[in-house]
Amino acid sequence: MDKVLMKGNEAIAEAAIIAGCRHYFGYPITPQTEIAAYMAKRMPKIGGTFLQAESEIAAINMVYGVASAGLRVMTSSSSPGISLKGEGLSYLAGADLPSFVVNVQRGGPGLGGIQPSQSDYFQSTRGGGHGDYHMIVLAPYSVQEMAELTVKGFELADKYRMTAMILADGTMGQMMEPVSLDLQVAEPPQKPWATTGTNLSRKHNIINSLSLVPEELEKLNVARYERYKIIERDEVRYEEYRMEDADVAIAAFGIAARVSKNAVDEARKMGIKVGLIRPITLWPFPKAPFAKAAEHVKQFISVELSMGQMIEDVKLASECKVPVTLCNRVGGMIPTPKQVLEAIVAADKGGKL
Amino acid sequence: MSTTEFLFSGFGGQGILFAGKFVAYKGLVDDKQVSWLPSYGPEMRGGTASCSVIVSDTPVGSPIVSEPDVLVAMNLPSLDRFESAVKPGGIIFMDSSLIERKVNRTDVRVFAVPATKLASDNDMPTLANMILIGKILQVLDDFGDASVAAALGKVISAKHADMLEVNLRAMQIGRAYQD
Amino acid sequence: MIVFDKPHALIDVPLHYCPGCTHGIVHRLVAEVMDELGIEGKTIGIAPVGCSVMAYDYFNCDMIEAAHGRAPAVATGVKRADPTKVVFTYQGDGDLASIGMAETVHAAARNENITVIFINNAIYGMTGGQMAPTSLIGQVTQTSPYGRDPKLCGYPIKVCEMLRELDGPEYLERVTVNSVAHVRAAKKAIKKAFQNQLDGKGFSLVEVLSSCPTNWGMTPQNALKWIDEKMIPVYPLGVYKDRSATQEGGNK
Repeated sequence: MDKVLMKGNEAIAEAAIIAGCRHYFGYPITPQTEIAAYMAKRMPKIGGTFLQAESEIAAINMVYGVASAGLRVMTSSSSPGISLKGEGLSYLAGADLPSFVVNVQRGGPGLGGIQPSQSDYFQSTRGGGHGDYHMIVLAPYSVQEMAELTVKGFELADKYRMTAMILADGTMGQMMEPVSLDLQVAEPPQKPWATTGTNLSRKHNIINSLSLVPEELEKLNVARYERYKIIERDEVRYEEYRMEDADVAIAAFGIAARVSKNAVDEARKMGIKVGLIRPITLWPFPKAPFAKAAEHVKQFISVELSMGQMIEDVKLASECKVPVTLCNRVGGMIPTPKQVLEAIVAADKGGKL
Repeated sequence: MSTTEFLFSGFGGQGILFAGKFVAYKGLVDDKQVSWLPSYGPEMRGGTASCSVIVSDTPVGSPIVSEPDVLVAMNLPSLDRFESAVKPGGIIFMDSSLIERKVNRTDVRVFAVPATKLASDNDMPTLANMILIGKILQVLDDFGDASVAAALGKVISAKHADMLEVNLRAMQIGRAYQD
Repeated sequence: MIVFDKPHALIDVPLHYCPGCTHGIVHRLVAEVMDELGIEGKTIGIAPVGCSVMAYDYFNCDMIEAAHGRAPAVATGVKRADPTKVVFTYQGDGDLASIGMAETVHAAARNENITVIFINNAIYGMTGGQMAPTSLIGQVTQTSPYGRDPKLCGYPIKVCEMLRELDGPEYLERVTVNSVAHVRAAKKAIKKAFQNQLDGKGFSLVEVLSSCPTNWGMTPQNALKWIDEKMIPVYPLGVYKDRSATQEGGNK
């Protein structure tokens, strides 16, 4: 199939349709409205449902309804809207329902701004709502990955009966790049647990997150974390770039990784041995490459569009064997390659900026 | 190995994003790596609009153009804001109907085209952007002509196919214009 | 000859409701209607948060437990996933008229083809008797210990009257279950609300004035009287909207 130029937001929408999603619920918020606009145009033509909900809260609960019925379903929003969806995300986790959610982040807290940000890292990698749970968090860094990880997200959500979230940012959503939509989609699994009507031929199914007996609720939580262990073993994704002989390693995802790649190339031209570890799954976090790198680099630099959130996972994964510093911009600002390069030069000299 | 970083800037409604899209599509048709990134804001019309476009033989790193090889400035605030950012040896294309001052930099090439006036004189008032694009096509040797129509066909939706002809004519006017 | 039996759509387990609570009656009516319409096998019920949170253990059809107030949104998802299924929500006054008011109003405005059973007992039962959006002026509750003062906490919300003003909903009726005659009328309304869905007519809501002897601090009998004496004057029974009947000229 020919490559086409698409915005990241549109690529997510089309990839979701390719993945078999026929139900989309959302509420307008910048910078992700292209997803809703795309769905509003396409869904009626393919027998699907696009519904603009009265709120993000309603939208995530409509997702809960379709997921209960066993179908692929999604919603999308940006940071403040994701906070509203937090309740629903927790209930989806408690009821072990598969769902697909997109967060095209903007600067916060509060109403914040509308420019790109990565400051919902904690919120998403730590679950996003109340209770012990995780979501699978996928961080694309190109329009092509927006499409591919969307398909992956639907598959993982079904496979593990949980929410998969794309954690992108305003840049990823708004930028256009060539994308191939020649995407492979696995057949969804059977869902015998779905509430589709008993047809009077089986015991009734119940979708529920309530469990008033502590012993039972404990068991449910423990079982969920057993499942998470499998995910941590089997589903970790990351990219290593020029890491083989690196003395300095950058950790960055999404747009920060794009900027960092430029800086790595520039630094290499100057003779500095620097590489990049780019987590693609933010949960499960790719601990192994950081543990390995900690044996040969003298410093990690976490490049983020936040006040330093992923840096905590970098420290945990590398067990603080070498210093981890932060190179960041926030509030909708994006670090420049030059800023990252300066951090690399300083790290290479062993100093701290 | 070459990479050209464009920054298009002007008022919302001048077709800044469209011009950028055309260049990106042209890169795509020419089998290059491309990215297109708009500034986005709460205002839909009349505010400042800009977009970053990168056309490269190698994969595009950061899609954000902060030091353009090519600046396309369609109003004075854009020139004021981005003139100093242009790479030494870079090129500034500007709409001299709307920008009365000269470029201060001496280490860049400047092409001043009265695009808005030409557009209005030729009864195509909304196509100053494409007149400037015509000039860009003429000046950038490696940016060839062969794929112009194909790229235009991609950026103009089928619904507006009747606009193809006038867009091509606008580019021709820009191409033919000499200071 | 069997003259009285448990409805098939109701599971044969003890209900957890307090003595004298009318939830059990309404559960039974909903189950009877499912039986009579032969829809149990294709019905999905949505339980609320509130006293009837565990309704999923009582109805024999597939059941979903929703977050507090979100049942109409969940029902919207289920119905859109498969419009051939029958979808109902069963919600109390806190769930439907307080925290879930937005979901209620918008599902009604969209004329979402679902059935809503709304239990209005003017109090939060499950959490121990707090003021509800439908608590009466002067009503003493745990959180209005000096009686509901409109200057402080506003006026009771009349759901049927409010929704009536929307163009969306198909059918709105307020009933009660404090006497045999009223129970019969309630059953008729509930059946119509399900039949409307089968006929594709759209959003149908039955508000049932119910008793909460425990949190009202009354005997079950006095609680039933209190519905007559205090609640009905504020919440008059009757059909508030029946679009098809109006359009076709007269009740069917």
